[in-house]
Amino acid sequence: MNALVLSAIFGVVMMFSGVFFKRNAPIKTTGIIAMILLLIANCMEMKGIKLFRFDVSAFMSFTDYALFFNSLAIFATLVYLLVTSGEMEKIGRNLADYFALIFFIIAGITITTSFTSLLSLFLGIEIISIPLYILTGADKKNLKSNEAALKYFLMGSFSTGILLMGIALIYGSQGTFSIDKMNFITDAKSNPNLHIAGMLFLLFAMSFKASVAPFHFWTPDVYDGAPTVFTSFMATIVKAAVFVGFVRLFGGAFATMEKTWSIWVAVMIAVTLFVGNITAVFQQSVKRMLAYSSISQAGFLLFAVYAMNSAAREGLLIYSAAYCLATIGIFAVLSKMDDYSFEGFNGLAKRQPVLAFTGTICLLSLAGIPLTAGFLGKFYMLKAAINTGQNLWLVIFAVIMAAVSAYYYFRVIQAMYFKEGPAQSVPATRLEKYTLIFICVLIVLLGIFPNAFLSWLYF
Amino acid sequence: MIALLLILIPLLGGIITFFIKKEEGARTWSLLAAIATFIVAILGFTICNSAEALTYKAPWMGLLNSSFSIAADGMGAMLCMLTAISFPIIFVSTWNTPYRKAKNFLGLMLLTQAGLMGVFLAMDALLFYFFWELALIPVYFICSQWGGEKRIKVTFKFFIYTFVGSLLMLVGILYIYSKTNSFDITAFYNAQLPFDQQMWVFWLFFLAFAIKMPVFPFHTWQPDAYQQSPTAATMVLSGIMVKMGLLGLLRWLLPVLPVASYSWGDTVSTMAVIGIVYASLVALQQNDMKRLVAYSSIAHIGLMCLAVFAENKSAVQGTLLQMFSHGINILGMWVIVEIIERKFGTTKMSELGGIAKKAPALTIFFFIIALANIALPLTNAFIGEFLMFNGILGVDPNISKYGIPFAVLAGIGIVILGAVYTLKMARNVFLGETNSLTESATDIVFHEKAILGIIAITIIVAGIYPQHLLHSFEDITNSILNKSDVLHLLKTKH
Repeated sequence: MNALVLSAIFGVVMMFSGVFFKRNAPIKTTGIIAMILLLIANCMEMKGIKLFRFDVSAFMSFTDYALFFNSLAIFATLVYLLVTSGEMEKIGRNLADYFALIFFIIAGITITTSFTSLLSLFLGIEIISIPLYILTGADKKNLKSNEAALKYFLMGSFSTGILLMGIALIYGSQGTFSIDKMNFITDAKSNPNLHIAGMLFLLFAMSFKASVAPFHFWTPDVYDGAPTVFTSFMATIVKAAVFVGFVRLFGGAFATMEKTWSIWVAVMIAVTLFVGNITAVFQQSVKRMLAYSSISQAGFLLFAVYAMNSAAREGLLIYSAAYCLATIGIFAVLSKMDDYSFEGFNGLAKRQPVLAFTGTICLLSLAGIPLTAGFLGKFYMLKAAINTGQNLWLVIFAVIMAAVSAYYYFRVIQAMYFKEGPAQSVPATRLEKYTLIFICVLIVLLGIFPNAFLSWLYF
Repeated sequence: MIALLLILIPLLGGIITFFIKKEEGARTWSLLAAIATFIVAILGFTICNSAEALTYKAPWMGLLNSSFSIAADGMGAMLCMLTAISFPIIFVSTWNTPYRKAKNFLGLMLLTQAGLMGVFLAMDALLFYFFWELALIPVYFICSQWGGEKRIKVTFKFFIYTFVGSLLMLVGILYIYSKTNSFDITAFYNAQLPFDQQMWVFWLFFLAFAIKMPVFPFHTWQPDAYQQSPTAATMVLSGIMVKMGLLGLLRWLLPVLPVASYSWGDTVSTMAVIGIVYASLVALQQNDMKRLVAYSSIAHIGLMCLAVFAENKSAVQGTLLQMFSHGINILGMWVIVEIIERKFGTTKMSELGGIAKKAPALTIFFFIIALANIALPLTNAFIGEFLMFNGILGVDPNISKYGIPFAVLAGIGIVILGAVYTLKMARNVFLGETNSLTESATDIVFHEKAILGIIAITIIVAGIYPQHLLHSFEDITNSILNKSDVLHLLKTKH
């Protein structure tokens, strides 16, 4: 609750900060301070200190898990702002608006992760999506950015329609929006088609938002077209939040129908991993490769929905943390490059050792090498999937795809370290370098001591 | 404590090496770190070899029931010893080899050593997996950065191969963990999966080990990787890293999945035998010394893999002894190849010849090592191979009916063809007339003599008096055989 109200207020504050401050520096500072305050407020709620007392129990319930994820998302956003706010001001003149939109997205995230009513899920998803449409088109003079925004908007609104349709069907079947009160036990009299159709519509709509294949077609174009700093945001924090909502929806409302949907989800995992990884192998641009890789990472995140046990819930947190940090890091490195092709990275290690080294740690984490957080994320997901005791082919397929992913991640490392070339890049500021090193330290610490991270959940 | 130090010294030493600016200083420091590890190993395995000194256990991932548990049993101690001897030798023998940014090279080498020590000591499946991967990453960077012309492609192939293998092993580990709920090795030994599960989990583990060893048909990464890597890395790869696969078989496969190891034994043995004969035949055709040694190594590893699946005392004792001997011999072989490459700039046998006349000391050492490679009596390899062949021939007919054909085919490959290609190399490189390239050759200098001397002495001492080593393997051999004793299990069932 703290985070929800405050992020909405801060969003408005940031909008007006553009009126008061003429220069960018104070806007950035205000935004970062506001984000820190938001993090503190959310941590206070984790400890039981509530600043606002409205009764919203019919719509949202702020469970420990949701609060923990919110802290994670806000923290990741803070890191993201620290490392990319310098690049953000180069996109356009409306820096204050970008900050405001990011705060609104955070508000949407807090709703999506803690909804109890399908209506609040819909609200949350929309509050996330609409600012994202705007951020995608933020680079107004760039044709690609405009195209991406239009595409994203059209496809996104279509999928929102499907989401609404699904909610309507479920309401028709159950007579309630509350996910706790749903009861899908089918007897001879009732017709199961209504809620099965509703469930499938919701599955497809959520898959679209999470860029799970075969609903992923918008992803590469939008991620490629959007300004790099915003791609970084929507591919990480937003996506992880959608997955938390996904798990909440299917673990809460549809838990009793698990037999019906688990095979659908299993097939979607396989397709997502296959499409994401195989297509990423053939990309020439690192940015597009990362777009496809984010699809394949979504395949791994989907294991949390598929397995739906305690290991999966923990895994979702670790995986989100690992994936967000590493992807924010690698996109921050990417945003410094002049040339986004693989050749553009040739010889970066000589010119920018800090960027190359931190980028390497992030890539190793994405590839799932031990001692990095990414390994533990994959580890937990695989563990969760094995614990279900069925469809073990999926696990074996997933690890083979993980090995494929090592192929394209290591291509970047090869270019940076082992190939000669004039990698052209904008020098990073001191703050950005320190933040990148901080990200790497977090990745390694999380990879060695996941207990310290997860124990917060069990306090 | 000793066990922990064996990992910590190279780890910290390696990290510090990255920050030493001067090349000379970095070289000295890394050598000192390697020697310190060696001294600790010697002390640990001779004087203070109490159980407390050799084991260390600390809580790690409590939620997962995984702990930082390391211990040196007979096999682990032997392999740690091999690693500890090898690194000083490698550093001294490549002392004069120029490397761009030598500090990074040496730092990565020491990190590899730490990873290898961890693999040999880990008594927790998750920890084992961690170290298994960690040993690979620095080697990947070493080979890609400082290797030959085609290094990037070749090393990448090597990396992807082993990465696939180890991920499959991870699935296997997780599968057993889902039944035991603990990563501890004793929990794994007591897992006793049902037969049908063992049958496919076996392959998840075996593929990882087979790729690492490598066993035919998973060997294709190896000759290229050995040829293209800088020789220091090749020494690590061929002398020590391949032993990771064998250790995996003996510690993590046979005792954990005894029934499957028994059922798949003949399949694996057939692969090993094909590999032995094939690799020996290919070795005969090679013109490049590096590739010849690489293929010879595939053949020797194949024999060890064959012996492991004979599952009797003679064979396992022989394998353990040969793991040590093979490490020493191939290290010596690479030291000589490295010297020749540095002196003449080529390792093509057709371009060399007559070195014996110009460099007698080098030639003597080469012949000692070459004879050990053929397993002549009085060399260390003789004892190991004798025990292994003895074990394969005497295999219990309930375990394998094909002991004799396997032994005969392996004998043709290792004993006969092995002698042919090794002596062919001796003749082409060292004997005969000198040519324009070798005309101006000089003999080896003092530090090279010293390290080759140490290797030669180890070869002969272990060949004449292997009793001490064999004795130290007694316990571990018995415990491995005890845990994987399928015949006993089958009898009690019926």
